Amino acid sequence: MHVPDGFLDAPTSLATAGVAAAAVALALRGARRELDDRVAPLAGIIATFVFAGQMINFPVAGGTSGHLLGGAMTTVLVGPFTGLLCMTVVIVVQSLLFADGGITALGTNVVLMGVVAVVTAHLVFLAAQVLLPKRVSMVAPAAALAALASVATSAATFVLLYSVGGVVPIPFDTLLTAMLGVHLLIGAGEAVITFVVVAGIMGVRPDLVRGARGVLVSRELETRMVAA
Amino acid sequence: MRRPPTRVVLAVVLGIALLVAGVVSHYASNSPDGLTSVAVDLGFSSSEQAAAGGPLAGYEVPGLGHPRWSGGLAGVLGCLVVLAVSTLLFRLRRPVSRAGAEDE
Repeated sequence: MHVPDGFLDAPTSLATAGVAAAAVALALRGARRELDDRVAPLAGIIATFVFAGQMINFPVAGGTSGHLLGGAMTTVLVGPFTGLLCMTVVIVVQSLLFADGGITALGTNVVLMGVVAVVTAHLVFLAAQVLLPKRVSMVAPAAALAALASVATSAATFVLLYSVGGVVPIPFDTLLTAMLGVHLLIGAGEAVITFVVVAGIMGVRPDLVRGARGVLVSRELETRMVAA
Repeated sequence: MRRPPTRVVLAVVLGIALLVAGVVSHYASNSPDGLTSVAVDLGFSSSEQAAAGGPLAGYEVPGLGHPRWSGGLAGVLGCLVVLAVSTLLFRLRRPVSRAGAEDE
């Protein structure tokens, strides 16, 4: 999903850079509320985990591969604002140190893999928590749904950007079908990885998972009622 | 059930990340990723401008011949940089709490 330099024209890249900068500024403010004693130590480690996870390309259909994006994983584990900062650090390091993703495309990549993925994941995760039973066992499935949706909206947003500022004229429908087709498969991989990681941490220390706080509080209250 | 202390959980997650970046990454698929293959299929990949390069461009450490060592070391170095930058950033963003009184 890393967009290289040259795919999008200069005005579009400039616009996405502006959106990315505004979103990161917002996240820097918002993260202050998220970074408590539980989230703060985990956040840097999760950013590192996402960087490592992004190195593992897994094969999907027909000679194509995909890798974890991590927007949903970070959103569920450390919160959306801190999650966006995690994603931004990873994307900037990849671009500057590893030449993975363009420099002029930096804003585009932060928008696609950061902002769009995190906002989608946050909304879908919240919706899933409302619709699914309020149980600890439902946190990882909700995260997996958020992961699948986040990859799909990232891919669809690229198509939108390309229809506005793509250098080569490609019919919108053709590009949308191609991008969604392959990225739904990649999204399935994203869902599996996100499920395993979130379920793993939920299994040993659910209190470290920021997205699980709603269910944990209600469970503790129930326990007290039974004890009384 | 006894719950492992936070630092044990963090150490395990970090250990897995280093293992994935340092060792498992060698076995990752080399096929083009979703966007790249769509770009090739639909004929807009040619507009890609060669990346400006970077000290670890292409996830390789320059001068290290063996791809396994070169890629693995690049992955571990990347992990350490991400860890250092994000930890510093999050430390700066933490609300300053003094003796029970929350700032903000």
